[in-house]
Amino acid sequence: MKFDMINLEEQDKKALDTISLLERREFLKIGLTITGALAGGSILSLVSIVDKAFASPKEFAAQYPYKPHYSMLIYQNRCIGCERCMEGCVKTNHVPSYGYRTMILEREVPKSDEQKREFIPVLCNQCNRPPCVMGCPTKATYKDEKSGIVMMNYKKCIGCKTCITACPYNARYYNDERRSVDKCNFCFDTRLSLGHNTTACSEACPANVRVFGDLSDPQNEVYRMIHQVSKTVWVLRPETGAMPNIFYTRG
Amino acid sequence: MAEELTKASEATAEVKVLMGWQSIVNRLSSVGKTFYIWLAICGLVVVAAAAAGIHAMSIGYSHAYNVTREIPWGILISTYVFFVVTSTGLCLVSAIGHVFGVKDFMPIAKRAVFLSILTIVAGFVVIFFEIENPLRMALYNVISPNLTSNIWWMGTLYGAYLFFMTLEFIFLQIEKHKFAMYSGFMGVISGIAAHSNLGAVFGMLHGREFWYGPYMPIYFIASAMMSGCAAIIFFTYLAYKINGEKMDKPMERAVEVTSKVGVLLICTVIFFTAWKIITGFVGAPAKREAFMALLTGQYALNFWGLEVIVGMVAPLVLYLLSRGKNIKMLFAGSALMIFGIFFMRYDLVVVGQIVPVFYELGVNEYATLLSYTPSVHEILIVLGGMGLVGVTFLLGEKIFTGHKVEEHEHAVEPLHLAIEESKEAETAS
Repeated sequence: MKFDMINLEEQDKKALDTISLLERREFLKIGLTITGALAGGSILSLVSIVDKAFASPKEFAAQYPYKPHYSMLIYQNRCIGCERCMEGCVKTNHVPSYGYRTMILEREVPKSDEQKREFIPVLCNQCNRPPCVMGCPTKATYKDEKSGIVMMNYKKCIGCKTCITACPYNARYYNDERRSVDKCNFCFDTRLSLGHNTTACSEACPANVRVFGDLSDPQNEVYRMIHQVSKTVWVLRPETGAMPNIFYTRG
Repeated sequence: MAEELTKASEATAEVKVLMGWQSIVNRLSSVGKTFYIWLAICGLVVVAAAAAGIHAMSIGYSHAYNVTREIPWGILISTYVFFVVTSTGLCLVSAIGHVFGVKDFMPIAKRAVFLSILTIVAGFVVIFFEIENPLRMALYNVISPNLTSNIWWMGTLYGAYLFFMTLEFIFLQIEKHKFAMYSGFMGVISGIAAHSNLGAVFGMLHGREFWYGPYMPIYFIASAMMSGCAAIIFFTYLAYKINGEKMDKPMERAVEVTSKVGVLLICTVIFFTAWKIITGFVGAPAKREAFMALLTGQYALNFWGLEVIVGMVAPLVLYLLSRGKNIKMLFAGSALMIFGIFFMRYDLVVVGQIVPVFYELGVNEYATLLSYTPSVHEILIVLGGMGLVGVTFLLGEKIFTGHKVEEHEHAVEPLHLAIEESKEAETAS
């Protein structure tokens, strides 16, 4: 959504009654957009309630079908784009040079008063309603019943690439060596199942951007951050209805 | 005595088979030069495509094809769609006659059934070179089916479709018309189910705005029938050229009614396309970008030139001007339509992916629309699929003597009468 910028310096000089209807409208729109984004960000965090503060508690009743319900909270403004998470991932999961399981995107905001640029780490969102799992003809990719991680059974992959097309987060690539599509599985085979309690990317991050956690545990940082109203928490592309488990916030 | 008799009958059977082969050889050797030239051209294209496909396999598809992580489906997928759309259309249009009993359509049926088999096989061959692990597909489609996957249903139902269409063709050859009709009916059901599932492969990707929604399966069926009409008229005209014959009255009438169905279907698809475009302008900005790429952007020539003018408007005008009688005009219209429809499929598949999934995030990496140009390997395989249809069509005309329909076959009982009859027989017994 784009709005024409209101020149605030000029506004000072104007008397209240000279503000045109159009300007009032524009201003209201901006206000509504901000409110909408905040409310939307929280409401559309999909897997969660944000307490019972919302109109229809039933609709947003806490439903974490997995135990542990792995998820990740990303402090977007902390990311400095050093890409050590990507290195850690490549090393741990033997990701080839032509592919990636996680990525840092860069957004420039030249008109911003302060920081002009920010980084957005992206990875598989381990969706609760994963379009990739729905589309796979041979169950080569599936939602793990215990942990909720979207996993790959490499030997069943026929390489039709429906899952790559289906993914709203560009989280999948075809791995020639494995002869299969490959994706992030929260380091399940390489770390979690070996007793580590966090992912390689999360461990490698020097700025504590990626907090790996468990949504089924009320003591967990991720749980606590998602169940509060003072800070906005959002997910990427909520409109697809995939119900992602990667949350973003600032702070 | 009995032994002697069986021996004798075996001998006659052998003689018959030999004579059958002999007559096929005779027919093939008695054709003109042009036939052989076309056969050779199509054959060479198939050989080149096979070489390209095998080479691509050996160096790895990721090196041979221009598809990427962001645009994983390219021209091979769209060509597969093109072939199976045509096949389903041939099946549906021909079924109006010999399954549902509309007499006027009957003369085109045999050739249409044959062509529907050729085109679906060509589609399968093309997608064989697209799927990374086709052998795993054969195994895990059976032992690990995912019933929520449209691509699973599509593949499985198209398997059934090929089976029924082949069965129907065999029954038509051995003149078991009732069985042919029943298998044709099953072919129609599995064809519609399979084809709408192919539409749903796109329509149910809820992360892809351009495709998502109930439109795709419905549109696919309508555009299949449009393609079917074009293919029937195109190939029937060519067949009569090859065989050096003049169409008889029933055949002329069949072409005429097919062209009328064609007019209806072109109008339907124009209607569908118009609303798809108009609704594309509301909703998510990313979707709008895709439609802008079609209307004014990098795919505008494909859309306005090939899809709209070559694929729909020009054929519609030619079909109308011909009044269903001027066969040359109908042929030209059909050829244009088939050509345009090929690009319709291409645009449908590629434009659905050119908007990056993170476009609206406003990040540097995905600030612009993506692009895709097919590689030489991909283009050769596509041409190979067409060559394959060409070779088998040409040989089919000679082997099955122009798919002639005998006079008594025109009187084959339509399905509803047959069902009534069998019910009556049941109540009587």
